[in-house]
Amino acid sequence: MKLSALLFVIVSLLAAPLLSGWIVRVKALFAGRKGSPVLQPYHDLFRLLRKGAVYSKSTSPLFYIAPMVTLSALIAALCLLPLPGFGALLSFQADLILFAYLFALGRFFTILAALDTGSAFEGMGASREAFFSVFAELIFFLSLATLARFTNSLSLSSIFESHAAGVNYADSPALALLLVSLFAALLTENCRIPVDDPTTHLELTMIHEVMVLDHSGPDLAYILYGAALKLWIWSMFIALVIISSFPSPRWLQPVIAVAVLFLIATAVGVLESTLARLRLTAVPRMLMAAGALGLLSYIILG
Amino acid sequence: MQTLIDIVLLLVLLSDLYLLSSSRLGASIKVLAFQGVMLSLLPFLSTDMVRSPHAFVIAISSCAIKAILIPRLLSRAAREVHIGLEIDSYIPYGASLLAGMGVVLLSFWVARKFQLPVTVSSRLWIPVSLAAVMIGLLMLIIRKKAISQVIGYLAMENGIYVLGLSLAAQMPFLVELGVLLDIFAGVFIMGIILNHIKYYFDDLDVENLTVLKD
Repeated sequence: MKLSALLFVIVSLLAAPLLSGWIVRVKALFAGRKGSPVLQPYHDLFRLLRKGAVYSKSTSPLFYIAPMVTLSALIAALCLLPLPGFGALLSFQADLILFAYLFALGRFFTILAALDTGSAFEGMGASREAFFSVFAELIFFLSLATLARFTNSLSLSSIFESHAAGVNYADSPALALLLVSLFAALLTENCRIPVDDPTTHLELTMIHEVMVLDHSGPDLAYILYGAALKLWIWSMFIALVIISSFPSPRWLQPVIAVAVLFLIATAVGVLESTLARLRLTAVPRMLMAAGALGLLSYIILG
Repeated sequence: MQTLIDIVLLLVLLSDLYLLSSSRLGASIKVLAFQGVMLSLLPFLSTDMVRSPHAFVIAISSCAIKAILIPRLLSRAAREVHIGLEIDSYIPYGASLLAGMGVVLLSFWVARKFQLPVTVSSRLWIPVSLAAVMIGLLMLIIRKKAISQVIGYLAMENGIYVLGLSLAAQMPFLVELGVLLDIFAGVFIMGIILNHIKYYFDDLDVENLTVLKD
């Protein structure tokens, strides 16, 4: 049991950059280009790891440790995520609170490092990141509360095992509301298009990208890898919600998980190619609407 | 069947929340028409009245009035009085959405205490109809322009219609049709009044109506 969970963590760590590679590929196909290979993120990471890092004289050691703290918080969160059908590497009562706060910890250190550089642009990006994550975190907690309330359990492993106990919420439209609000939170947390443009070249419009402008070499590699891992964890979370909502044989569940991951990455790519970025003041509106959907699903299921 | 009813009721609720928080008149009228279509589906889905001609007539007439005639009248009125896209609410987007969610919570809570003489085919039926009525009322309160108040009034009426459908087997058929006709006449008259307000005040802001003139 534990061995398979460990295997899941290792496979996730290895395969996480694939998702972002696939998103880039989908966007390229939409734009009529051939696009970079799906394995390009790995090449980028290895290239960055071989380089040395440059540190500004105005930064403190905090700037140096922040990327590592962020990445390790995400890896810890990954360990709490149950493998579809087999349970998590680490699991205890109320671990979903830790799961949510590990993301917050990573974000907190990214913001601190951005502020540490003293750059005006980075401060602005940090402020926006903090502002939007207030909403995204609320949505995430609402959906965790919905799942916990409906399955009467406070640990991620038991929440996502609940279909085994005969709990089935797939036939309720509330599940669709929950998934939509979770997807909006995924787009926000992973700095995707209606909220933030990951490929923008103008510092004024950046949110996440501007915060990491001063990182270089291995530090930047940790950050890029962390972003890929975060997308993987969020997509896997949505996949787990879908898997646990209807009974399916145990061997089939990892297959469904991979299919859902692929679908989510494709959906993100399609969204990024067809949608424009929202105006900064319109983002809270979208997130509030998504939060309302999450609350509605809580009310209906609860 | 149960799931379909739930989905339709949920779409009614979501469209009500949209009406409450949106500030775009054209989109609001379209959403109102969509809500009318959803409402006309309900009599077919409700298990106790699937095969009766009663359900059929109600569904067809409500579709014709709520989804076609009233939205047409409204968009004509909006065109004639030249309404822009400006926000016309007393409270901003976030607050109105929050108020709407509060109302939804309240109606789900109240619906648990409801003792109905009939069994309803969906758990969501009563709370959604209560929420629709209250959201309509909220719109009447928070909107400044007369035409968005008309939309609020229609949203409220749609809520009453949903509540009425849950008792449809008991409700006289003529009453239902009479209500539909009344609504239609009401919107017709409101269209004329809107024109007059526009003519006298150059604006549809109802605050103008509180000023005394001789």
